[in-house]
Amino acid sequence: MRRGFTLLALATALLLSFALYEALIAAPTEQTMGDVQRIFYYHVPSAWTAFVLFLINFVSSIVYLIRRNPKADILALVSAEVGVVFCTVVIVTGPIWARPVWGIWWAPGDIRLTTTLVLWLIYISYLILRRMSTGGRTPVIAAVVAIFGALDVPLVYFSIWFFRTQHPSPVIGGGGSLDPRMAHVLLINWAAFLCLAWLLSWVRYELEVAKRRVDEAQAMESLQESSR
Amino acid sequence: MSFFAITRATLAKDIRLEWRSKDAINAMLFFGLLVVVIFSFAFDPTAEESRRIAGGLIWVAFLFAAVVALNQTWARELRNQVLDAYRVSPAAANPLFLAKALGNFIFVCVLEALMTPLFIAFYKLRALGPAWELAPIALLGTWALVINGTFFAAISLRTRSREIMLPLLLFPISIPALLGMVNATTAVLSGEESARFWIALLLAYDVVFTTVSLLLFELVLEAE
Amino acid sequence: MNSMHYLYAAYIATWLIHGSYLTILVRKYARVRREMERLRK
Repeated sequence: MRRGFTLLALATALLLSFALYEALIAAPTEQTMGDVQRIFYYHVPSAWTAFVLFLINFVSSIVYLIRRNPKADILALVSAEVGVVFCTVVIVTGPIWARPVWGIWWAPGDIRLTTTLVLWLIYISYLILRRMSTGGRTPVIAAVVAIFGALDVPLVYFSIWFFRTQHPSPVIGGGGSLDPRMAHVLLINWAAFLCLAWLLSWVRYELEVAKRRVDEAQAMESLQESSR
Repeated sequence: MSFFAITRATLAKDIRLEWRSKDAINAMLFFGLLVVVIFSFAFDPTAEESRRIAGGLIWVAFLFAAVVALNQTWARELRNQVLDAYRVSPAAANPLFLAKALGNFIFVCVLEALMTPLFIAFYKLRALGPAWELAPIALLGTWALVINGTFFAAISLRTRSREIMLPLLLFPISIPALLGMVNATTAVLSGEESARFWIALLLAYDVVFTTVSLLLFELVLEAE
Repeated sequence: MNSMHYLYAAYIATWLIHGSYLTILVRKYARVRREMERLRK
């Protein structure tokens, strides 16, 4: 297991540097936007990674409610937390791209922007709940809230979709197909970020396992002291 | 006892309690009044603009006022271990939840009925669209707030500072519902576009979350 | 040239976020490790 972790860390580092080279140097420069377009190679893969992590959170919450397996609970916590980190990257890099291209930092009516923002808010409130919850039934309550949050996403999407069609706003690069070389770079970057997400989740998972073991041991210790 | 007998008994008990004490409704009313007055200082309500912002103001005021009532929903049952007694009784969890949600629905509807004239007076509102559409919007919107609010109030019972936890959970999840209520109300007030889509969205939201709440409430009640 | 600033800003921001998250995790892990050692004694 140690060995697997080291291997993954090495592979991630290699893949990330290769992806960085591809994104900054190998990828062709976009004609209308210029070099700013290269932000996409970080922005879009991060968004996809965050969505994958939130999906894992949803599935493992359901699995927890059915099987009551603590591993599923830890996986739900870990995927939500790492997902929020990736979502933060999306929300920070988005405006940095929008400013030179659209001339504004934020387009309130834009569907992808707003859906991502609401997603970010929902999962932050999920993490706050996990932190503030007391007693041994945190996993059940958290899983229930995770299901509520995941079901909310399509509704958010539809509501903003209609909102936008009524209030036109600058929308991302007017459709058009992606240059195959650009798509290639995008996929390499996605692979790299997925590896990074896996690595971060692994560390967070081990941390949570160790933390729960320590909490248990501390509870035992205080029990022994009080019975003495 | 059957499902509806339990619902009716709990609901009647809650309404009688509220009728005698009037704690929640007084607090909500005064809170709503404060919001109306403060908003009227913050914006110039005489402007033609008020027709476009009123939808947002009204629903934000109702949302904040509703949180006051929602926070009290379950706290009352904690005092004499009523909730524990309920848990060990053979009665199912869902009738209790439905009674609580209906109770909150009635309280918030009363609040809205009393506050709406104030809003009309303060902001000189007059609907340019079909005004009857405001009734389904208000009912569906209130149910959307109340069903999730009642559920999350039960969840935040299990947290440290539960008065803070409820809005933190409720507001992000309610964003699509809020968007629906605000835009539907604005559409009716301004008469520029149809509110149909937003009413359908509210209906979908209500159906989805009522179903999920009834499916999952038992887990929350048992979680102790 | 100005657009390059935005590009670098976005990439640096991404790495700052991931870096600080990793730092937080490593710190917490060290603390848990220390506590584990203390309990084992």
